[in-house]
Amino acid sequence: MEGLRKYYDDVRAVDGVDIAVLPGECFGLLGPNGAGKTTTIEVCEGLLAPDAGVVELLGLRWDRDEQQLRERLGIQLQETQLAEKLTVEETVRLFRSFYQRGRAVDDVIHVVQLDEKRNARVGKLSGGQKQRLALACAIVGDPDLVFLDEPTTGLDPQSRRQLWDLITEFKRLGRTIILTTHYMDEAEILCDRVAIVDHGKVIALGTPPQLIASLGAEHVVKFALAPGAPALEESTLRSLDGVRAAKSVAGDYELQVGALHRTVPALLAFLADRHLELAQLTTHSATLEDVFVSLTGRQLRDV
Amino acid sequence: MSEQPRDNPLGQLVLVRFREYGREPEALFWSFGFPILLAIGLGIAFRSKPPDVAHVAVASGNAHSAAFVEALRRDKGLSVEELPLDSGRAALRTGRVAVMITGGANGGVKYEYDDTRPDARTAKLLANDALQRGGGRQEVIGAADRFVREPGSRYIDFVVPGLLGMTIMGGGIWGLGFSIVDQRRKRLLKRLVATPMSRAQYLASYIISRLVLLTIEAVVLIGASALLFKVPMRGSWLSIATIVVVSALAFGGLGLLLAARSQTIEGVSGLMNLCMLPMWVLSGVFFSSENFPRVVQPFIKALPLTATNDALRASMLRGVPFSALWPQLGILALWMTICFAIALKIFRWR
Repeated sequence: MEGLRKYYDDVRAVDGVDIAVLPGECFGLLGPNGAGKTTTIEVCEGLLAPDAGVVELLGLRWDRDEQQLRERLGIQLQETQLAEKLTVEETVRLFRSFYQRGRAVDDVIHVVQLDEKRNARVGKLSGGQKQRLALACAIVGDPDLVFLDEPTTGLDPQSRRQLWDLITEFKRLGRTIILTTHYMDEAEILCDRVAIVDHGKVIALGTPPQLIASLGAEHVVKFALAPGAPALEESTLRSLDGVRAAKSVAGDYELQVGALHRTVPALLAFLADRHLELAQLTTHSATLEDVFVSLTGRQLRDV
Repeated sequence: MSEQPRDNPLGQLVLVRFREYGREPEALFWSFGFPILLAIGLGIAFRSKPPDVAHVAVASGNAHSAAFVEALRRDKGLSVEELPLDSGRAALRTGRVAVMITGGANGGVKYEYDDTRPDARTAKLLANDALQRGGGRQEVIGAADRFVREPGSRYIDFVVPGLLGMTIMGGGIWGLGFSIVDQRRKRLLKRLVATPMSRAQYLASYIISRLVLLTIEAVVLIGASALLFKVPMRGSWLSIATIVVVSALAFGGLGLLLAARSQTIEGVSGLMNLCMLPMWVLSGVFFSSENFPRVVQPFIKALPLTATNDALRASMLRGVPFSALWPQLGILALWMTICFAIALKIFRWR
């Protein structure tokens, strides 16, 4: 897709997104809620018309080849409620009937591990089972390209892991997947490449290791001082051994560091010198979340 | 990966309609049980009874009281009692008797009654007749009665075609409106148009399932009222079937139009009530639309439910031939065309 733009009144929901997805890869759009991920993906799915820009999928365009594209795409929308009175099998059979070619109904039900629920009403399924049914409906047409919009939002950890396995399985068949998520762990695990989206713009693009490496730091040190302590200068912190970047947000300090074993002793010594008391100290390996924070100054979750 | 023959998509969509409908017990009641219960209730309330007996009272203590009572008792249509003047007038005020008879001037008779009540006027005429005959009046012209109590002119005969019309309207508007808006609200509609599904087939599945269900509903309602109340079916089955189908399409179009944009059940409910309420009142379901002033008649005649009810009554009760029903069928066809055209143009698929 090129130069994609979609405006709602004055709001630029998607403002100039250029992405090229390679065949066979799992591509992730990562960003906070309201970043324009769903709008972007729905424009790609031909459900919204772009105000500017071109979407080309599998060498086809929505304005010319809609029917052909629909046959070759599998789509899962955010928050679709399938008909509650139908059974799992009836639902999959209905979706299968729309496609000229596709997979066997039984086969797909088996793949998403709903064999036991085949004759259960959709209304009686758990959240995770409903998401797996939605995935079944997305892949029953044996698509070349699958769109998954927030496939695991609102699920418990076990159900999420189960869906990740299914998506990984599908990837192995060599199909292309484009998914959106606001969970960075999901993007790190599933996606070959990730575009970080904020305010309708792509602010970073690359493989998860590339993006994390772009921080120039493998670890993050977070600490807070006991109440009443004077504020520390970011520049002072940056001069500590091994610190690549430092940031202070409302009394919390965050250091991006190359080597924990050099920075942590230096930090402790620095604080002891000034008789400052630590209230909290944590460290973790850098994640995509840290990439987002370093690019925007905000957390993924709290926006 | 095995290639599988697929099911017919239109067949699957129609099956979905029946499954959703059949798994909703309330829906079955409202479309089959309710009209029949209503017909039974109305049939009982307005059943053909033997002619009412008129209650009259004669004031006691009058010189002619005994003679009056005897003369009145000869008329089978009168029930007579002798009461003191006070309690007789009390009975008159509460409506227990329709006429109070007292002695008048010069050996005559005086009737006390409410002249605005038709039953009181009838009772007075009957009582007067009986007393005049008892007094020796000879009829000037010989008169004889023949009683005609035929199916087709009773209230139940009037109301059954009205109920059928109401069922067709409700089925078309509720059946399409709620279901489509519910699917839009749950984003199922959006999910369906994200597949290669044919939009025409999606809409056709609603029309087909409506027509099938309506055929059953119509047969059940007409059959039940023929069995229970001997409501006549004078027109041909073919012409009644045609009226039902054309009406179903007109109301299906109206339902589709009402559901074309709404995103919430509340929104579409308001529209449906706004649309149906005037027709329940004006289109002659329970009482004749002729009761409304002449100036609004052209408007009432243009309503689709009026056309349906008029055509059904003409065909069922009077056996009016199909060829004479073209004004009503024309109105319905016009509604159908206009509603479908607008609905398809403005339909929101997301």
